[in-house]
Amino acid sequence: MPAKTLFEKIWNAHLVHQEASKPDLLYVDLHLVHEVTSPQAFEGLRVTSRKVRRPDLTVATVDHNVPTWARNLPITDEVSLKQIQAMDKNAKDFGLIYYNMQSPGQGIVHIIGPEQGYTQPGMLIVCGDSHTSTHGAVGSLAYGIGTSEVEHVLATQCLWQAKPKTMEVRVDGKLPFGVTAKDIILGIIGKIGVDGATGQVIEYTGEAIRSLTMEGRFTVCNMSIEGGARAGMIAPDETTFAYLRGRPHAPQGRDFDLAVEHWKSLPTEPGAKFDRLVELPAVTLEPFVTWGTNPGMVAAVSGKVPTVNSFQSEADRAAARRALEYMGLEEGIPIQEVGIDRVFIGSCTNARITDLRAAAEVVKGRRVNAKVYAMVVPGSTAVKKQAEAEGLDQVFKDAGFDWREAGCSMCLGMNPDFLKPGERCASTSNRNFEGRQGKGGRTHLVSPQMAAAAAIAGRFVDIREWSKNQGG
Amino acid sequence: MEPFKRHSGTVAPLNRVNVDTDQIIPKQFLKRIEKTGFGPFLFFDWRFQDDGKTPNPKFELNAPGYKGASILVAGRNFGSGSSREHAPWALLDYGFKVLIASSFADIFLNNCFQNGILPVTLPEEQVQQIMTRAQTRPGYMLSVDLEHNLIEDDHGFRATFQIDEFRRYCLLNGFDDIGLTLQHADKITAYEKKRKPF
Repeated sequence: MPAKTLFEKIWNAHLVHQEASKPDLLYVDLHLVHEVTSPQAFEGLRVTSRKVRRPDLTVATVDHNVPTWARNLPITDEVSLKQIQAMDKNAKDFGLIYYNMQSPGQGIVHIIGPEQGYTQPGMLIVCGDSHTSTHGAVGSLAYGIGTSEVEHVLATQCLWQAKPKTMEVRVDGKLPFGVTAKDIILGIIGKIGVDGATGQVIEYTGEAIRSLTMEGRFTVCNMSIEGGARAGMIAPDETTFAYLRGRPHAPQGRDFDLAVEHWKSLPTEPGAKFDRLVELPAVTLEPFVTWGTNPGMVAAVSGKVPTVNSFQSEADRAAARRALEYMGLEEGIPIQEVGIDRVFIGSCTNARITDLRAAAEVVKGRRVNAKVYAMVVPGSTAVKKQAEAEGLDQVFKDAGFDWREAGCSMCLGMNPDFLKPGERCASTSNRNFEGRQGKGGRTHLVSPQMAAAAAIAGRFVDIREWSKNQGG
Repeated sequence: MEPFKRHSGTVAPLNRVNVDTDQIIPKQFLKRIEKTGFGPFLFFDWRFQDDGKTPNPKFELNAPGYKGASILVAGRNFGSGSSREHAPWALLDYGFKVLIASSFADIFLNNCFQNGILPVTLPEEQVQQIMTRAQTRPGYMLSVDLEHNLIEDDHGFRATFQIDEFRRYCLLNGFDDIGLTLQHADKITAYEKKRKPF
């Protein structure tokens, strides 16, 4: 038997039907659902009198539209309210596992899946959301699908998939001081480009990846899609098992030990072949800041906004010109001279407890710059509760941050949290597309530590210098 | 889904790379719970001025020669980012039946096939030929024949394209995936019987 990759093992274990010149029919272990990409799928089921085949494997929540103000206040956006009510009704009518707005388990779907222990190694996981790649961090195969495919999975628990190619992204060596999981993934996307991994599943390997906490691994896998990847995954190990042990919907007791035995058989075997290898030594990584309008437009915090002529093709020069104009930036200026108006700490990329701890560490005893409005939106209601138990909320509030309820919030501004035209934001989220955080808003993607430091300084600062000089 | 066999129409050029689905249909329009009616919001922030009503004269698709276009030619990696199927719904509702680019993002590509839109992938040089013709001759038309994987104009441009055989078959016949899958219901049940709890 030739040596197999983690990806191949999971793919093969989920084959329901295979025939020449067709995609494979795969079985889905966990289908995550949220309110934005599902209403038309449920409507499709109603029209065709179909049921949800496995409501017990279908976990739903509301995250994109929910306001982050107090949960007892009304939802003022009637269209958002309608979409949330549709999710309530669909979950009830079709008997899904459901974390509604008032549930202590509510949160961003990609945060609560792992948090509740639904997300497990070896699983095939889908969701009508491109950031589903997050779940690959435990050693599962997880990817985003469209609404038609959501309907298909609801009705059949299966999905037709053409087998993607595989890419190993190896980050060898120890992470330098001040460099986080977010910087690893921004560095990777900066290197391969936003379509560098189209049609491919990435497995992240190497010492720097292995040394990450589970939360850091979620951050890396979360942004796989920003490099165009079908999915991103990391082999399960002791860090994974320790994270999952005791979670409400993970196997319990002896079942857990049996599960671990199985999970240990999943990692890529020595000598297994990937279609492509990309190497990015950890020593080359720095804290990064995006300067443009896609996540591949990345600069080191110690560097400068690139010049248009530094790009090879006319298409890329045109894109850079357009991005600079939209972002209101001069080419060639130092990143640390870029001032900001807003800070958003949140999203399925960076709103887990360790992200909030890292940001709180930076802001502790300091004040948010007078010209900056900064907010923290925990990724889930449980993360919020944990942070409050640790007193992090007080650290943020004392520094002048707004402390909010859980949801997707200003990562995409479907709820009342968004940028005004021209406002510049240091954001821990995953997309800096035009208008993503609000029409005319200008987004710079950074790590939680870098966002926190920018909130205090009112501009981008090098967290490495900051920590040395400020004793933080 | 309507079967797709062949289509002729006016080509609109969008000479930009990495056009993401946030641009194709901005988030404020994702709150609708229907599949239809997204066309008026296609490329909303590019298409209209700040008042949200006045067409932006600088936006390519607003030029008079591209009115009624049903074929869109764009730069590489079209449809990147969010999985929102609202993007193909908006393109379709606006009137686009065929998209041409040198590459498409994975999820977006799947979503197009699910809705009877034909995404045609051609080498960059051929995309640029079409782009130039569409930019310099408003009203420029192409004919696309899915039965013969052929795309051509009346001025000597002719190219064949590659497409996943299964997706082609579904488009040609207007098949919806769920119906096809349910033909394998016994296999799904058999899989479920041997499936491990973890």
